[in-house]
Amino acid sequence: MIAEAGLAALWLATALAALQLALAFGLGGEQGRQVAPIRAVAVGQGLLTILAFAALVAVFLRSDMSVLLVAENSHSQKPWIYKFAGAWGNHEGSMLLWVTVLAIAGAVVALFERRLDERTLSASLGAQAALALGFFAFLLIASNPFERLDPAPLDGRGLNPLLQDPGLAFHPPTLYLGYVGLSVAFSIAVGGLIRREVGPAIARAMRPWVLAAWIMLTLGITAGSYWAYYELGWGGWWFWDPVENASLMPWLAATALLHSVNVLAARGGLRAWTMMLALVAFSMSMVGTFLVRSGILTSVHAFAVDPTRGSFILVLLTLYIGGALTLLALRIADVKEGAPFNIVSREGGLVINNLLLSVILGVVFVGTLYPLIAEAVSGEKLSVGPPYFNSVASPVALALAALMLIGPQLRWRRDSAPILPRLAPGLLIAVVILVGSIILWPAIGILPRLGLVLGVGLLPASVMPLFGRSLRRTPLAVWGMVLAHLGVAVAILGMASDSAFTREKLAASRPGDTVSVGPWLVEFKQVMPAAGPNWTALEAELRASRGSGVTVLKPQSRFFPDPPTTTNEAAIDTSWNGQLYAVLGERDEQGRWQLRLWWKPFVTLIWLGGILIALGGALALLGRLFRERQQRRRVEEAYE
Amino acid sequence: MKRLALLLALAAAPLRADSDLPSASWANQQLPDQRQEAAAQALMEELRCLVCQGQSIADSDAELAGDMRALVRQRIAAGEKPDEVRDWLTDRYGDWVSYRPPVEPLTWPLWLAPLLMLAAGALLLRKRFRGRG
Amino acid sequence: MSRLVRFAPLLILLLFVAVVAWRLLAPEDTKIRSRMTGRPVPAFVLAPATGGVSGLSSTDFATGQPRLVNVFASWCVPCIAEAPLLMEIKRRGIPINAIAVRDKPADVAEFLQSHGNPFDRIGADPESRVQIALGSSGVPETFIVDGQGVIRYQHMGPIEPGDVPLILREWEKAR
Repeated sequence: MIAEAGLAALWLATALAALQLALAFGLGGEQGRQVAPIRAVAVGQGLLTILAFAALVAVFLRSDMSVLLVAENSHSQKPWIYKFAGAWGNHEGSMLLWVTVLAIAGAVVALFERRLDERTLSASLGAQAALALGFFAFLLIASNPFERLDPAPLDGRGLNPLLQDPGLAFHPPTLYLGYVGLSVAFSIAVGGLIRREVGPAIARAMRPWVLAAWIMLTLGITAGSYWAYYELGWGGWWFWDPVENASLMPWLAATALLHSVNVLAARGGLRAWTMMLALVAFSMSMVGTFLVRSGILTSVHAFAVDPTRGSFILVLLTLYIGGALTLLALRIADVKEGAPFNIVSREGGLVINNLLLSVILGVVFVGTLYPLIAEAVSGEKLSVGPPYFNSVASPVALALAALMLIGPQLRWRRDSAPILPRLAPGLLIAVVILVGSIILWPAIGILPRLGLVLGVGLLPASVMPLFGRSLRRTPLAVWGMVLAHLGVAVAILGMASDSAFTREKLAASRPGDTVSVGPWLVEFKQVMPAAGPNWTALEAELRASRGSGVTVLKPQSRFFPDPPTTTNEAAIDTSWNGQLYAVLGERDEQGRWQLRLWWKPFVTLIWLGGILIALGGALALLGRLFRERQQRRRVEEAYE
Repeated sequence: MKRLALLLALAAAPLRADSDLPSASWANQQLPDQRQEAAAQALMEELRCLVCQGQSIADSDAELAGDMRALVRQRIAAGEKPDEVRDWLTDRYGDWVSYRPPVEPLTWPLWLAPLLMLAAGALLLRKRFRGRG
Repeated sequence: MSRLVRFAPLLILLLFVAVVAWRLLAPEDTKIRSRMTGRPVPAFVLAPATGGVSGLSSTDFATGQPRLVNVFASWCVPCIAEAPLLMEIKRRGIPINAIAVRDKPADVAEFLQSHGNPFDRIGADPESRVQIALGSSGVPETFIVDGQGVIRYQHMGPIEPGDVPLILREWEKAR
């Protein structure tokens, strides 16, 4: 019953999306194009989609095995949190979540957007409805989450044990809020281009959505990276895997868009660039969704390898992105540019920022697709992995970091004041670190070294915009920018430190042996059996010390019966200056256990940096929202 | 009759994708010379596991990956340079087995992409800026 | 902004769609073929895989007569399915050598006992060294090596009834 109700809600939501699109296109004449009915329909669509998703969660929580999706992906013995998260731990469920976020975003815009001109809002809601319609169709036709299974099995196949983890409950919904949140920027840009209204008003309407989506993407990617790091047991945090790249590309576009939309909102400049980025960002989200679900690229992450579904999404993609880009190409001549600016100016810095971010985006795009392109052209199979991406993207990213030493402090339009005093703190510290690092650690590579240098240099440089201002009167948005840029510095430091200073030790040990890694002495005490709610394991007890105190680490080799899988549960000890990471392997024929130990100095800075970046964004978002509410109140008071 | 015998034989067979033998000795043992081990480790992170869904041989638990790690370590310990070991493997499996794409006409667009994009961007933007006066 | 620049993003989209559509229509063959076809068998010497059989060396191939070499293992389930077909091929007079990958002598003996022994020689490859040298990426695989010791053909996966004519044809070509 619940499943059928969910499916019915989905059909109704689709019908409303069609209605919304028709209204926006002019059904019902001038009356119909009034924004009020369109708003109502959008809200209805959002509510119905939420109902559909709630129905899916309900059948998972009740372990209703007569629903095919539950039978294939869940098990009655699972802890309830993983039954809940299991609703989106598969293709159909996650696609329903994707569409739900799309519909909710449209509903929220319909409910709260007051700044935009009514006709532009109608056009934007129409665009959002068009997006929703295609993806609803995809769900109903090719990925029905509510399909029944008759006869119902006694119990389900279980959820992949790698996914039974709190990180899973957090990572996909966060990412989807990000990916799909960018759809609003896309729709507003389309609406603005249709109505030839590309100005600061559009940027101000778009900005909170871009910020919110970008914050979510930052958190989602950070969480995903940390989850892979501690769950997969190989000590790495980014592999440039196609699915990882699929999540990074929208983030890169969104970061560029974020900076660009600020220029448009504040100065009226960078109009064409901002519209283009708004379209590209969500296009990258759709491309990412396609790459992950079509099976055309091999990846440890990819689920649902189904070329038919892939073709469906490809058609949607071509229509939506093709349509939007054609619109852009045709209307861009009408877009009046703002006043020109000097290259040494805030706008100039932001333009170069956007250029560098776009280059990184382009490189990741080309690198991810190149094996496909090469094979299509020559029949040769080749692989493009970390060696390519690291050597090509890192220098550009470091150039961007160097730009950040001065960019945020430049004045608008033309900065003729002396640069050196503002650049000095960051630059001086960078030079000191450069020299110091060459003396202390001559053997580390050039990229990690530059990462250390720029990371430390960016710490004071990020804070410089606060100098010479009354701190109490500084807008929250500026604090947000400072915090976000600090976060970038911290993340770069973490990455550089991990790259330069990680120590690894592989040891075949017997209980009683001691292994040394970095500053640590690790004593292998014993291996004991252990058990959990749906797994059994062999657990090693390791006692690690460096100087004073002993830390106990208990890495496990876990076995899940449903479906039968073995996983490594790494044991990690976090201290102020790094993480000690231990993995238990097999036992060899002489009774020695394979231990893999890493000492990773300051590696947690990577994810701490990501969180700071997201926090900075949140501060900026709050700052803007408060300011707008203040301004609106003032306007209302003035009219009394 | 033959089919039945075959089915019985299959039914009786252990359903494994893995051998009974332990990992090769050098699959999980670091070379005593630190610099050689570092070079071997760097190379292992760039070689692709043949039986995995997208992992390097350094990160994979698969047996063939372990055997390839053993091969890499032994050859480097014997004095071969990492590039020579990589070439030996791409000789046998093609460029697919190396995560570092080769630099050849087929991959020039790939390696030149960043420069080309920077140049294209700079070209597009040159009209944006007013003079420095 | 010039026409070219305005439509460039659209062009990039169309190229992307073309490449991706090509892949959707012609799905990837995920097998990694050996690059050693057309080249001499690499030099190797392998001990006997179990009691009562001879070991295998690269010199056993340049004998003037083409031979098959079957890369297998006792723990490999498709190898069991393939065994009767190898017996059939042997019956037709085609000599077959074998390489037992990551196997224990007792297990190999049991395998030969249960499923027959169509092999002239069986070499033991406990660390997959020769398997890798041949560019083989899994078990079972069968290579056809001609009389001068040059690898002429690689068959990946078990030999199925439909494959036998193909194997025979390739063997004829190698003579």
